[in-house]
Amino acid sequence: MEKPPYDPHNPWLELRRLTPARIALGRTGTSLPTRAQLDFQYAHAQARDAVHLPFDHGVLRSQLAERGHDSVLLHSAAIDRNSYLQRPDLGRKLSDASAHVLRDHASAHPGGVDLVIVVADGLSALAVHRHTLPFLARLEEQIRAENWSVAPIVLVEQGRVAVADEVGELLGAKMTVILIGERPGLSSPDSLGLYFTYNPKVGLTDAYRNCISNVRLEGLSYGMAAHRLLYLMREACRRQLSGVNLKDEAHVQTLESDAGADMKGNFLLSPPDA
Amino acid sequence: MAVYAHSVGAQTYRFDNLKDVMAKASPARSGDFLAGVAALNDGERVAAQMALADIPLSHFLQEVLIPYEDDEVTRLIIDTHDKQAFALVSHLTVGGFRDWLLSDAADEQVLRTLAPGLTPEMAAAVSKIMRVQDLVLVAQKIRVVTQFRGTLGLRGRLSTRLQPNHPTDEPAGIAASILDGLLHGNGDAMIGINPATDSIASICAMLEMLDAIIQRYEIPTQACVLTHVTTSIEAVNRGVPLDLVFQSIAGTEAANASFGINLNVLKEGYDAGLSLNRGTLGQNLMYFETGQGSALSANAHHGVDQQTCETRAYAVARHFNPFLVNTVVGFIGPEYLYNGKQIIRAGLEDHFCGKLLGVPMGCDICYTNHAEADQDDMDTLLTLLGVAGINFIMGIPGSDDIMLNYQTTSFHDALYARQTLGLKPAPEFEQWLAKMGIFTQADGRVLFGNSLPPAFRQALAQLG
Repeated sequence: MEKPPYDPHNPWLELRRLTPARIALGRTGTSLPTRAQLDFQYAHAQARDAVHLPFDHGVLRSQLAERGHDSVLLHSAAIDRNSYLQRPDLGRKLSDASAHVLRDHASAHPGGVDLVIVVADGLSALAVHRHTLPFLARLEEQIRAENWSVAPIVLVEQGRVAVADEVGELLGAKMTVILIGERPGLSSPDSLGLYFTYNPKVGLTDAYRNCISNVRLEGLSYGMAAHRLLYLMREACRRQLSGVNLKDEAHVQTLESDAGADMKGNFLLSPPDA
Repeated sequence: MAVYAHSVGAQTYRFDNLKDVMAKASPARSGDFLAGVAALNDGERVAAQMALADIPLSHFLQEVLIPYEDDEVTRLIIDTHDKQAFALVSHLTVGGFRDWLLSDAADEQVLRTLAPGLTPEMAAAVSKIMRVQDLVLVAQKIRVVTQFRGTLGLRGRLSTRLQPNHPTDEPAGIAASILDGLLHGNGDAMIGINPATDSIASICAMLEMLDAIIQRYEIPTQACVLTHVTTSIEAVNRGVPLDLVFQSIAGTEAANASFGINLNVLKEGYDAGLSLNRGTLGQNLMYFETGQGSALSANAHHGVDQQTCETRAYAVARHFNPFLVNTVVGFIGPEYLYNGKQIIRAGLEDHFCGKLLGVPMGCDICYTNHAEADQDDMDTLLTLLGVAGINFIMGIPGSDDIMLNYQTTSFHDALYARQTLGLKPAPEFEQWLAKMGIFTQADGRVLFGNSLPPAFRQALAQLG
């Protein structure tokens, strides 16, 4: 990272290269200077806009079609964003009409499928708009060799994570993966989450799911996310389970190697006491 | 079971039991609607408040909201109830109790004596018929003082938890936020990290780092890494320097079970902390976090409204002589507290109820991006809690927690409260700030030093 210039009014500005936190903002009196104040307001506005941005499923479906993917558009039982935000139970289940659509599909295609990919707006349609296609492209490269049967991609408006359980159960799926917009942070309005469930059925708790979080350009790369997901799916098929009993060991290894890092190796404590 | 009825004019409202009266008397909030326990309309809500106002406080000892046999928190509340202290108000109804609390008869000393005589349900009940100004006025009378390396909760003081979180626990990044906070005069309540990784090796390394910083710069504060109490016990067993023992707690046995704890586990954590004897002024060392909606989100609320469940968590807290209790009021999301109005009211209720029960309350004045709230709402709650005499608030760089993805009060926000309300840090920390040349306070005004403190100038020089 570039070294910030020395500023006599903000003498510890250079600490900024050590963390993305909003440090060394300076002060006017004891208050936040105008620039920092408005930067914050803009970041919050972006996060708010991401929460309320409608899911543009029309564009996404035509892009999917161009790439040869069938898709189905469904709606959760939450009728609008207000209902979605206050009633998580409604976002976790399909509307009656949508459940009907899936039942019809299942009777026309008996025998179930290996994998259903669900895409839901969650708390950030922006994340889904930005990352669905490039992530799916990386995932496809990796799952091609598995010869899994795959259902049409299921899009759910006003959906929460657990809605994938109902989708998976109705389609007789062995596995579901849901791509869903995560709660926007101030510096991450477009973070995509992936939740994987083996043998999905209505009523499962989070303990039966595995989560891969923070998929975005500044976070976890598409390739790495697809790699981890594939690892989970293969292990799940071998051990016939998902969730807390199926640890993402690829992930655990990288974290453990960081854990032993010398926490004393920082400027506040160096040079070490004699 | 008792049936409660209340008539207003020609309309009669009926309530199934005390739990139903309490839930329907609660000022409106999304979590109670989600749980299906809220009043159906505003009229029913006020009728429930009227019915509640007529219920004698002594009745709360007869009709428990969650059965004694089913819940260890209820057993704790009933078994530790101090009847002698309760005698001060045992003749009052809930409504009479509100009047008494607002009167001159209820002063700081009397309220301190009364605290062990109150159950959380009594505190929650009276809060439901109090306006914001009542919650502020009564809380302002109360002081709950605790000590470890500093003295928190004195009148005219406001402390801050410096929260230097980093998305990957990078030591230099954490240190940068710590220095930024110290140079803004934050950190007297504690330097407390929410770790991104929960491995024991990483937790221990962070504890070692915080201890080394506190010792190197002789900061009269205490450190905490917010990990599960069983991990803290493991760290103590490994001989790692650990000041405060953290745990999230809730107001029902089942909700606590969802956190992987019970009263015995908390006792083990408390004992482990005490065994280190690291407090120089006192041995208050438990740090608890709570928040309305936690019991409901664990599906462990027994049909009790979320504010009453929250208040029951303070009975758990006070059993372990905590250093600090923090209601993380807006973190849980809009399905429990929908907007700024609900968050503000909840923060004031929690602070009032905790203080009334003798708990050293602080508040994480915060919101998430999917709640209908913003910085103006946080400024309002901060100002109100500052007037109400809150023990501590959070302090983070620029209000933006880059690890937990939510917004809470900033280093600057604490300075605002100091300037406008004349609130000083803990006395030991105030002296340290003066000695280091960071700032002094005269007549409320914050006067910063003219240059960087030499010790920190040296540290910055290490960056090259």
